[in-house]
Order: sequence, then structure tokens, then C-alpha cells
Amino acid sequence: MTSQVAERTWQHNVHLSGGAPAERPGEPAWLSAARRSAFDWLSQHGFPTRKDEDWRYFDLAPVLGLAFSPNREPSIEPRAADLGAVAGPSLGGPRLVVLNGRYSPLLSDVTLGLGDGLHVASLAGEIRDGGPGLAQRWGDGAYSHAFDALNAALAVDGVYIELAPQTTADAAIEIVYLTVAAGDLPLVSPRSVIFAQAGSRATIVETHLGLGHGHSLTNSHTRVVLAAGAHVEHYRFQAEGPEASHLSVVEVHAGEASRFASRTLAVGGLRARHEVRARLVAPSAELRLDGLYLPAGEQCHDNPVLVEHLAPGCTSRQLYKGIVKDAGHGIFNGHVIVGAAAVGTEAHQTNKTLLLSDRAEVDTRPRLEIFTDEVAATHGAAVGQLDQDALFYLRSRGIPDRDAQAMLVAGFAADVLDGFAPGPVRGLADRLVGSHLEAGSGAYQPEVKR
Amino acid sequence: MLVIEGLHVEVGRTEILAGLDLAIPAGEIHAVMGPNGAGKSTLANVLAGRDGYRVTAGRVKFLDHDLLAMSPEERAAAGVFLAFQQPVEIPGVPNMYFLRTALNSLQRAHGLAEIGPSEFLALAQDKVRLVGIDPALMSRSVNEGFSGGEKKRNEILQLAVLEPRLAILDETDSGLDIDALRVVADGVNALRRPDRAALVITHHRRLLDLLVPDRVHVLVGGRIIRSGGAELAGELERTGYTGLRDDRRDPVATIGASR
Ligand SMILES: Nc1ncnc2c1ncn2[C@@H]1O[C@H](COP(=O)(O)OP(=O)(O)OP(=O)(O)O)[C@@H](O)[C@H]1O
Ligand SMILES: [Mg+2]
Repeated sequence: MTSQVAERTWQHNVHLSGGAPAERPGEPAWLSAARRSAFDWLSQHGFPTRKDEDWRYFDLAPVLGLAFSPNREPSIEPRAADLGAVAGPSLGGPRLVVLNGRYSPLLSDVTLGLGDGLHVASLAGEIRDGGPGLAQRWGDGAYSHAFDALNAALAVDGVYIELAPQTTADAAIEIVYLTVAAGDLPLVSPRSVIFAQAGSRATIVETHLGLGHGHSLTNSHTRVVLAAGAHVEHYRFQAEGPEASHLSVVEVHAGEASRFASRTLAVGGLRARHEVRARLVAPSAELRLDGLYLPAGEQCHDNPVLVEHLAPGCTSRQLYKGIVKDAGHGIFNGHVIVGAAAVGTEAHQTNKTLLLSDRAEVDTRPRLEIFTDEVAATHGAAVGQLDQDALFYLRSRGIPDRDAQAMLVAGFAADVLDGFAPGPVRGLADRLVGSHLEAGSGAYQPEVKR
Repeated sequence: MLVIEGLHVEVGRTEILAGLDLAIPAGEIHAVMGPNGAGKSTLANVLAGRDGYRVTAGRVKFLDHDLLAMSPEERAAAGVFLAFQQPVEIPGVPNMYFLRTALNSLQRAHGLAEIGPSEFLALAQDKVRLVGIDPALMSRSVNEGFSGGEKKRNEILQLAVLEPRLAILDETDSGLDIDALRVVADGVNALRRPDRAALVITHHRRLLDLLVPDRVHVLVGGRIIRSGGAELAGELERTGYTGLRDDRRDPVATIGASR
């Protein structure tokens, strides 16, 4: 199927299934307008192709070649036990579950960790019952790409979190996005908005999981708005099913002296692209963006990052690490723009890839664009294999080859994982990494050249 | 305990060891000295099972094992330990965790129960004190950013914890302060037991004065060209290696015979 045909099929499907900007009953006017403009954007720009800088290494053809259908009910109704099996135990705070793009009160558990000043709701509920503020925080009408616009056009639900000024949420707030497929090609479009008011603090863990079988497409968007002095630790675990396609955007709007940390971990999906886009709009904001991705088998994990320094004295640090096994494909596409107003910027960007097989593929492109003076900026990328001297050192102490390789792989990932909060969050990360690396044929079995 | 016969080893197309013979009986400490590039580290690495060396002839027997047929971890389990001339830095792997994993790998290989974290901690703390290594180094990544001497002390710590039957020390004394030198000597002397042995590669007499080897061998051009008692070290210090080269035709000639 040529990409044009694919695209027409797609648009057709999306229209037919109610994605068209027709007004939905009871929908506020601002939302109808936002969806309509997103749809117009999509129609105008079309889907990305390999010619697009940002999509050069990511193969979209299989996604566009399948007739996914949006906003369908899940074909199987998962029970709490099914969820527990994939999501593991609660992290000790509220757990909000979004099932195929819709908030599930049944699967969610909000008995823990809710205190004064922390407002948690389904996005649909907030649209219906919430104040007018949501309209401003919904999005700024700038889309990274067609899928980003498609989410804005199609999304009906997700999670809304708001922290009142000076509030601290003690326990991690967990959002679990569960995509259920059973050969019905669901296109799932969850959208969440997190608003951290001045001086508030929270840890938010977004986990993407899959259940069932067959292809699915998750196209998610999370917008995080930090007012002055807010601190948000944001985690994002992507552990979707083996046939899943996953496209997502986390968009960050960082206010004065706010601190935002994004720590992403990708182990799942067949092809997954997780974009982090952050705008530092007021002075002295601090940004930390770390990522660990582990494509194995035929998996592709793409990590586009766009950081825009738009105000003086902001800091951004990125550390992305890929561990690529089998015929996996790891992509890092990091772009830092330091605008004319952003004097005194500090921006660092590092990408390192560990190749565990000679079929493994890696593309890395750290980019810096600087439009002002007085900037401390560094960027670098390195690709390597397991250090054979280190491997021999470990083995010479009696550690079997396989264990020694596992130790070196874990050692490679350590500086990213060590940034994860100790306790349940780190536990979840270790569990996901552990089961991913053990799964499949010959977890560490070396295709490493000796 | 260790018997090496007619060992020929090539790196790339170059022959580095050219018919090396060496025997270390149980309970003895032997020193190997020789000029830079003579093949000392090559010998140590081949014994420990490092890749990149081609054994073209010869045999190495360790206890009942055909050592050269074994993987590095099997050799370690059999009791071989190499203190590296250049210990490797391993980012992201905490030193304490590495040491416990190593010890427990040996325990498993011997069919013994693993040692739990708290029991290990107690054991490690003892050895840390014994070796005089800064305890802060235990929670850092293996050798990463360690000073030269700290790396060497870390090798001795591993030696003390893993208690090998055959310790091979490749210039462990180089770059060590005088206190550390004593620690190395004590560590090696502790191996002077009926079921243990040590092969100590060194350029310096200082260490040999402290540990008094049973035999000193001189490795030049890939072969042992002289063997003798402890006093050979002193003699070498006076004569250097150049004076010895003429005797290569007679690899078993011993100056120490005058003892
Ligand atoms: N991987 C290698 N590739 C090429 N040459 C090598 C390699 N390893 C060793 N050699 C060569 O083999 C010879 C012996 O090296 P080796 O390290 O065994 O010497 P040594 O006796 O330990 O010397 P030193 O006292 O300097 O430590 C040297 O000439 C060295 O350059
Ligand atoms: Mg050497």
C-alpha cells in the first residue's frame, strides 16, 4: 500500500468512526473548536513520511497500513485481577486506570494517597464538571505531527490532575493506560492534563500496558503545566504488548523556577515512539530528561526530545541510554533550541547506546541550536558493545559469562535507573527491565563478538 | 600444583611465549621477574583464560585440571585468581555487589549455599579493615575513578575474600605505598599453606624481601632462562637482565644452586 492510499484509508476510517469534528453532545464549545482545529491541522499537514527529519528512522508504514478504528469499546472487559497481573501492586498512592482511552472507575483505586489540595478526576469528568481553566491548559494548538493532532481531535477521556498551590502529594500518583486488543485493531487516544500550581510537588507515574492479542495503536498525549516553583517528578513506563504500536507525546510547560524531571523507560510494543517536548518559558526553570530504552527482537524504540529554552537562566539535562538486542532498533533524536532570550542557559545532552548483537540497529542524533551568547551547552553520543576486558575481569572472579554480561548491562543502565525514586517506583522499573531482559530466546546470550 | 610445559603463545602473528616451563608445587611462593615486554603478563593472562592469545604448543596442568581447556570462570572456581596489572573499571557495578556476586558464584560452583547480604557485609568489613582499603570505595563502581594504589588494594581485597588456591599477582606491588606493600606481602604469605600457592610477578626486590619467595624465575624473551632461590632477586638487581641473556640456551641453569 502506498503511503497516500494508506493515508486516505486512515482519514476515511477516522471520519467514519466519529473522529470527524462533528460536535459531540454536551461538549463545550471550546473543545469542539479545539478538536476541529486539530483535525484541520491534520488534514492540512498529512501524516509524516520518512522525508520528515523527525521521522527519518521510524517506520510508520506498518502503522498506516492497518485500518485501525478509533474510540471503540474494548473487545474484552478486563477485571481487576487482569490489571494486577500486568500492572503489579499499587505504588502506594491513587491508581487511575484508563482503559482503551477511557477512564475506568471500576479498575481505578483512589482510596489511597488523596489529600487536601490534590484534585484527581477523569478528563471527561473534568470537561463536564470542571471550571473554565481546563480550556487554557488543554493545549496550545501547536502539534508536533499528525498523530499529535489526531490525539487532540479524537481524545475523549484520560486523567486530570491538579495540585493546589503549595500542596505536596506524598505518594506517587499512578496513571495506568491499558490498551486491550483482540484482533479488532483499536486506535486508542488517551489524553491527560497535569496542572501543578505554584510551589506544589508531586510524583506522577504513567504506565502504558497491553492486554489481549493482535495489533493496537496507542496514540497518547500528556500535557504537564508547572506554575512557578512547582516540582514534578514524572515517570513514564512503556510496556505494551508485543504487537502494539505506540505513539505518544509528553508536553511540558515549565514556569519560573519550576523543576520537572522526566524519566522514561521503554521495554514494550513492537514499534514505539515516545516524544518529550518541553518549553522553558520563564527564568530559572530546571529540566531533567532521562530515558532508558531496550528494544529487542524486532522492536523499535524511538525517543524524540525537543527542549526549547525561551527564558534566561534555565537548565536542561538529558541522559538517554539504549540497550539494543537481537534485531532491535533504538533511536534517539534529541533537539535543544536555545532562544535569543535565553541567556545564561545550561543545556546538556547525552545519548549512549549499548549494542548486544550485530543485527542491532541504532540511530542517534543529538542536536543543539543556539541563538544567544553566554550559554553552557554540551552534547554527545556514543555507541559501543560490551566491554570485553570488563567481561573477562568479572569471569576471572568466577562469575559465569551470562551473569557477567547481565551485570555489565545493568551497570550500563545504572546511572539512568539510579535516578528513579527508591522504593516502589524503582521496584517497578527493575521488574519491567528484568522481565524484559529475561524474556525471549537467550536473554543475554551473546551475539557479542568475542 | 601448577605445571607448565613447553608453552608457546602467539598474539596476532607474534610469538610471545616461546617454550616456557614452570612448576609451582603446593605450599610454595614463586616469583617471576623479567624485562618489560618479556611476556610476564601474557603468561598471567593465559593462565587466567583471557581471550586474544593463541596457544600453539604446550600444556598447563593445575591440580588435576587441563587448565587451558577451561573457561575463565571454571578456572576461578578451580581456585585460580589473577590480580590484574591493570584492574578494569566497571561503571555502574557497585564494588560490594560485585564482590558478593563473585563469592557467591564460587559458592554455587562448589555446591555450597550462597552467603546472604548481612553475613557478607560482616565478612567484607573484616577484610576491608585487614586490607586497609577505604570503606567508601565499597559503594562506588568497581575501580571507577580509583587511584592506582586503590585499584591494587582492591585486587588484594578480592584475593582476601575469594581465598584462591593459586594467586597470580601481576605487578600488584607497582605503585603501592609501603603500607600497602606490606598488606600485599601479608596477603600472599597467608597463602603459604599446603594447599595453596602463589605466582608473584614483580620488578622490585622490595616486595620479595617482605614475602621471601621459595623460588625466583627470570623470564626473558618468552622463556624462563634462570631459576633460583630468593637471593636471585638481589643478584638481578646488581647485574640487570642483559648479563643473563647469554644463558638462554640453558633454561634450567640456576644461580640458586650455590645456596
Ligand atoms: N594484544 C597484544 N597485541 C600485540 N602485542 C601484544 C599484545 N599483548 C602483548 N603484546 C606484546 O607481547 C609482549 C609481551 O607483553 P607482556 O604484557 O606479556 O609483557 P610483560 O612482561 O608483562 O611486560 P611489563 O613488564 O612491561 O608489564 C610485548 O612486546 C607486548 O607488546
Ligand atoms: Mg606486564
